[in-house]
Amino acid sequence: MTAISAGPIVNSLTTGKLPKGSVWLILVASWVLMGLVFVFVQLAGGTKTFNIVGAIFLGTILFDILIWVLSRLVEGARKAKDRLITSLISTAFVVTLLPLVSLLYTVVSKGFVRMIEPSFFSESMRNILGSDGGIVHAIIGTLEITLSATIISVPIGLLTAVYLVEYGRGPLARTITFLVDVMTGIPSIVAGLFAFALFVLITGNPGYRTGFSGSVALAVLMIPIVVRSSEEMLKLVPNELREASFALGVPKWLTVLKVVFPTSIAGIVTGITLAIARVIGETAPLLVAAGFTASVNYDPFNHPMMTMPVFAYTQYMQQGAIQSDYVNRAWATALTLILIVMVLNIVARLVARIFAPKLGRR
Amino acid sequence: MTTGTAGRITAKMRLGDRVFSTSTIVAGSIILAVLAAVAIFLIAKSIPAITAKPGTLPNAAPNFWVYVGPLVFGTVWAAAIAMIFAVPISIGVALFISHYAPRRIAQVLGYVVDLLAAVPSVVFGLWGVLVLAPALTPFYYWLNANVQWIPLFGGVVDAQGKTVLTVAIVLAVMVLPIMTAICREIFLQAPRLHEEAALALGATRWEMIKMAVLPFARPGIVSAAMLGLGRALGETMAVAIILSPAIVISFMVVTSQNPNTIAGNIALQFAEASGVGLSSLVASGLILFVITFVVNAIARYVVGRRKAFSGAN
Amino acid sequence: MSFSRLGSIAVVAVAASIILSSCASNEAPAKVDSSSKPTVTYSGTLNGIGSSAQGAAETAWAAGFQSANSGATINYNPAGSGAGRTAFIAGSADFAGSDAALNPTELAAKSPKCAATSSQLDLPVYISPIAIAFNLPGVKTLKLDAPTIAGIFKGSITKWDDAAIKSQNSGVTLPSTAIAVVHRADDSGTTQNFTDYLSQNAPTVWTAPAAQTFPYKIGDAATGTPGVAAAVKAATGTIAYIDDSGATGMTVAQLKVGDAYSTISAAGAADVVAKSPLAANRAANDLAIAIDRKNTDAKAWPLVLVSYMIVCQQYSDAATGKLVTGYATYAASSDGQAAASKQAGSAPLASDLAAKVAKVIATIK
Repeated sequence: MTAISAGPIVNSLTTGKLPKGSVWLILVASWVLMGLVFVFVQLAGGTKTFNIVGAIFLGTILFDILIWVLSRLVEGARKAKDRLITSLISTAFVVTLLPLVSLLYTVVSKGFVRMIEPSFFSESMRNILGSDGGIVHAIIGTLEITLSATIISVPIGLLTAVYLVEYGRGPLARTITFLVDVMTGIPSIVAGLFAFALFVLITGNPGYRTGFSGSVALAVLMIPIVVRSSEEMLKLVPNELREASFALGVPKWLTVLKVVFPTSIAGIVTGITLAIARVIGETAPLLVAAGFTASVNYDPFNHPMMTMPVFAYTQYMQQGAIQSDYVNRAWATALTLILIVMVLNIVARLVARIFAPKLGRR
Repeated sequence: MTTGTAGRITAKMRLGDRVFSTSTIVAGSIILAVLAAVAIFLIAKSIPAITAKPGTLPNAAPNFWVYVGPLVFGTVWAAAIAMIFAVPISIGVALFISHYAPRRIAQVLGYVVDLLAAVPSVVFGLWGVLVLAPALTPFYYWLNANVQWIPLFGGVVDAQGKTVLTVAIVLAVMVLPIMTAICREIFLQAPRLHEEAALALGATRWEMIKMAVLPFARPGIVSAAMLGLGRALGETMAVAIILSPAIVISFMVVTSQNPNTIAGNIALQFAEASGVGLSSLVASGLILFVITFVVNAIARYVVGRRKAFSGAN
Repeated sequence: MSFSRLGSIAVVAVAASIILSSCASNEAPAKVDSSSKPTVTYSGTLNGIGSSAQGAAETAWAAGFQSANSGATINYNPAGSGAGRTAFIAGSADFAGSDAALNPTELAAKSPKCAATSSQLDLPVYISPIAIAFNLPGVKTLKLDAPTIAGIFKGSITKWDDAAIKSQNSGVTLPSTAIAVVHRADDSGTTQNFTDYLSQNAPTVWTAPAAQTFPYKIGDAATGTPGVAAAVKAATGTIAYIDDSGATGMTVAQLKVGDAYSTISAAGAADVVAKSPLAANRAANDLAIAIDRKNTDAKAWPLVLVSYMIVCQQYSDAATGKLVTGYATYAASSDGQAAASKQAGSAPLASDLAAKVAKVIATIK
């Protein structure tokens, strides 16, 4: 009888796979290796300071190469490609976070101290010289103008999206789709010039610079975003839902309102929030259409209105003798604007979560 | 029994249906009307510039087309570079949030990326010129020293880093949140059955995405890219603050003589413009309109928009 | 829906309503001191638009005027000189601020705000010296004459230790680094006055005509005065022309005026403007100035920007005319000029020029 020399017991569940945790090990090892390479370069006199950004960047590239080669050897070509893509996608995410972190750090570090001063939210700039003053007039202007722009553009945008998805079949629908794309490319200052000229024509008053004129300019910029994103979200609603509704005898308009909209509400609210976030920070059109004032103005149909981005921009670009007063106000305004949009985002997501049907993925 | 034309039964149009469908058509027509009004406005204001005598145009241009040529090049060039950066990254980030990230933090990650959309364009401009440009300048010097055989990186590097490449990166960052948000919503709606069928047959995660998610999402990705491209073409403030412009058509991306974009040029010259100068700025806005038109037409033709691929069908 | 979610939405709504309904605490009308002599108080709203160089000064004037007349509101939109002149002629602004006086075409066009027979006037109200700022570590003073400056900004002089610069600065060690020129990317009155100075004083070197756009393809182009300041501070070996108000903390060069070198000063700038003749072929009360850049007085500073307030001689609406008169009187007064100087770093009008301006303002109806 021959002795069967059995080899070590092979665990078939883990054959052909890289060991657990090995991916992270290889990543850290690549970074350390590249770091060492850069230290040697610095010691040899090649660079003056330790280039950590270069080390991490090249280390990640080294990791990608290593993981692809190792995985290919152990697991096979398909799995190797999968690991490589996972690494690239994660890198893309981290790369996206870098400018965000840098931006937020810049704005917070330059604007936070001025923003928490009590005068900032309780005063306007009327009769202010020196370091006091606040942005009450700008906050009111931004809220009123953006709200009116939303009221104008959301119904038009949503109804157009409904037309394109539910009703439109012919040349009119194709034309509207195409022209909405063209509308996304209008430079913001042209929208402002257009709104200004329109109201001068309508009212016959050549100096008509008001909040409402600014709202119309912003609406022109918002509508294509609302249309495009809502259209995509409405198209994602499964046809079965519509057909089931029709089969039960529900008229088309009720189907759209009660079945299609609620199903896609999360995406639609995202689209509207995106559009608001886009226009709330616009400077050039508002400077032309809504004008400039240092005092509070509640009336959107008479007299110029100040908005936050215009305020931040003019404070930064036309500094007086004591530059720090102006610069601090500009950064504090920018920080306030970002905070307002963040709050808006949270509110929108809450609204979406409350009204959206509970689908599998969420 | 109601019959319409011979043999065809049409449904009874209720009042609610009629009102609703009419209101949607009205909304669509309002958009057409607004666009037509904008086009008419632009054409009316541009005529003095297009018919201007030589010597009256800004930049000492002999005629309007010489004036606007470098601007057109700059606009398309900056937007193209920005989209080359932005499209793959935004698809990657959207995939990460919808398919790769742990379920519990996916919503938070989506919110974090949306924060980028909260930043006003003036702040992007200031950040670009105060933080990003100085940070990128050593990299530009390195490129210029070592990769000079690629004509893109030749020339004399701008010591402040205020170049087309910096602007393109900032434009890409500005465009990212819009594209990522739309792509993310679409990827989340990919048909689960297809995904699970692919996984059940032994596909890796990437193969599943390639087979089940991306084909489903292709029209949506194109829409998102169109929105992003529109933003990149029309961005005014960030370009005006960051770029160091000159009247030149050049492919070198790290020097201080960069072609300006149309929107950036309008922002820079508008304040002091009057008469024929003002008309030429508005006329360049009209040209931008036309460029967006053409670029969108080409993109739609190349990619081929398909009819609604909705739900699980 | 959980209580905490409801609570968070409610908090946001309450905060929003508080902000929307609150009045700014600094806008309550100031208490009138009843023991002071009764003066004319103005009320109403004025909308002005124009030069951003005047922006900070107009803030100071509006603040001073509004403090004295709580019923008045002055809105000045710093959208630019060209936009200002265009708006004024179109009738969409009550007054304009402009770094350049109205040109003949604009003078011929009648603003609907003006009465039918009225002319349009340029009143000089803002004088700002322009500095040549540079960033050279270890170098505190630099003497330059007009041809050298022209050569630097044109690109014919490329190194700091060039013979032309060295010959004027004997005691200073100049490095052999390249000169990094910084100029304005946006059109501006500062560029206009700078190029005008060079083309008047160094016509053989600076061959391009005076213009609002910097004419040569050289160096870095920065947006706005703060952009130029940031660019100069960010790198060494830089040199730029910049409004004096934006040059705080920077080293500035001395200019050769006549045979001596003069340092930048408000008095020197005001002196140059006061000694310059009025522009020719204008209406009787139009005070547009043709700046004499070849002024060789000691300590004069001919690199100067003058900004005007453009108004009607007679307004078609009497109330507007009255308000404009009141506002312009304050702006040109010594109080107003001092306030502007403190806020914006400008040079106050010299007394005879100020008297001339005041006399013209008194005739505005």
